[in-house]
Amino acid sequence: MPYLAPANPEIQRPVSTTLIVLSVLLALFLNGLPWEGVWLMLRPDFVAVVMLYWCTHRPLRVGIGLSWAVGILADVADASLFGQHALAYTLLAFGGVALHHRLKMFDLRQQTTQVFGILALTYAVYALVHWQVNGYMVWPYFLGCLTSTLLWAPLSIMFQAARRMRVDRE
Amino acid sequence: MTDNTQSFQFFNRGPSPAVRLVFFVVLSLLLLFIDARYRYLESTRSTLSVLVSPIQRLATLPGVLWQQAGDFFTTQRNLVENNKSLHQQHEHDAAQLLQLQALQQENQKLRNLLTLPQRGELTTQSAEIVYAEHDVFKRKVLIDKGANANVQIGQVVMDDTGIVGQITRVYPWLSEVTLITEKDHAVPVQVLRNGLRTIVFGAGDTSQLSLRYMPISSDIQNDDLLVTSGIDGIYPPGIPVAKVVKIERDAAYPFARVTCLPVAGVDKHRHLLILSGLPKLPERPTQEPAATQNLKAKQKK
Repeated sequence: MPYLAPANPEIQRPVSTTLIVLSVLLALFLNGLPWEGVWLMLRPDFVAVVMLYWCTHRPLRVGIGLSWAVGILADVADASLFGQHALAYTLLAFGGVALHHRLKMFDLRQQTTQVFGILALTYAVYALVHWQVNGYMVWPYFLGCLTSTLLWAPLSIMFQAARRMRVDRE
Repeated sequence: MTDNTQSFQFFNRGPSPAVRLVFFVVLSLLLLFIDARYRYLESTRSTLSVLVSPIQRLATLPGVLWQQAGDFFTTQRNLVENNKSLHQQHEHDAAQLLQLQALQQENQKLRNLLTLPQRGELTTQSAEIVYAEHDVFKRKVLIDKGANANVQIGQVVMDDTGIVGQITRVYPWLSEVTLITEKDHAVPVQVLRNGLRTIVFGAGDTSQLSLRYMPISSDIQNDDLLVTSGIDGIYPPGIPVAKVVKIERDAAYPFARVTCLPVAGVDKHRHLLILSGLPKLPERPTQEPAATQNLKAKQKK
């Protein structure tokens, strides 16, 4: 691979497959915790944020196909229609892959605004499918989009710390 | 492609993201269409649920631990008080149960005299809520009895006070209960006071129910108890469903707006009862009017 001089050297650190798989499983677990009422509305979509992180930082390893598969698992977990999460996560992954060069140039604050756009699209697609099939909308659902965006910065810092630890050990 | 070395794989990126996007979007839309229209994918879903359910089970663990810790630290005084009130309740219920048995006998005899079909006996199966659905849009819970315990789609779920919902999907070890507060979930009911028949619908975003298409002049009052009418063949007759809490009669509209609250602790309990052995309805006439078919389809949703 022709290595361009990376703007942010952190990004080119190696990532183990275990970390990716574990983070996705952990995200599914966090989504599955017994959230109720207001907390359910405010719950960030952990799976979406984690998938977006890997799509922007490892676009060659985690791409649209894998996001789609994770979406199908999320559909089974949430008992939503088959393909509802999958469709949303496909678009999410495409957004991530398409914007990954740009995100590398940005700092966390600028990244967050970009990420908000992608997540808003994901949430809108999910809600749109629901609206088409069932004919009504629950507006507080979009609060989750804001909390998911707020999750981006802490998650990025955490993952980078995890990768740095691994590099230090080696 | 024969020279499939590590470095070669690096460049072998396959189709471009746009092509993949179109492929997976079309695939998702196809799945959505098939699932929403025909529901062909239930077996695939239950197969995949085997993969996901360990994570879900694990996720319910913190809640269960919290509850167990709460149980552990219950004081003795609480237990004694609880026991006392349960005993009182039991004595009260026992008196009523004796009466009920006498009434049942009497009812049976009267029905024999009038040559009416007997009321079916209901058998129940207890189940525990594993977790509530993690979706803002839906009001569903999953319970720990599935195909392994002969649970079937369409069975009615209740708690000790009234109807909670209906089983809408069965997995190998779990089944999904749609609560009566789910948007547009319909239960055919009767006002206990005067036998007025109507249908109660879930409101979706709140834990309320509403009666639609009640003419302004209809005889309905606050605190009226709505019980299942049993004429649908799904819900057994006479089980409490909801209580009327608010009636708005506006002369500008042909229908009154009636708000009800469910009698059962729809959002509260952990233990539920699944009813089986529902009364069999006589066979339908072969030609059904289109209108009733539509209503049936709506209920099944």
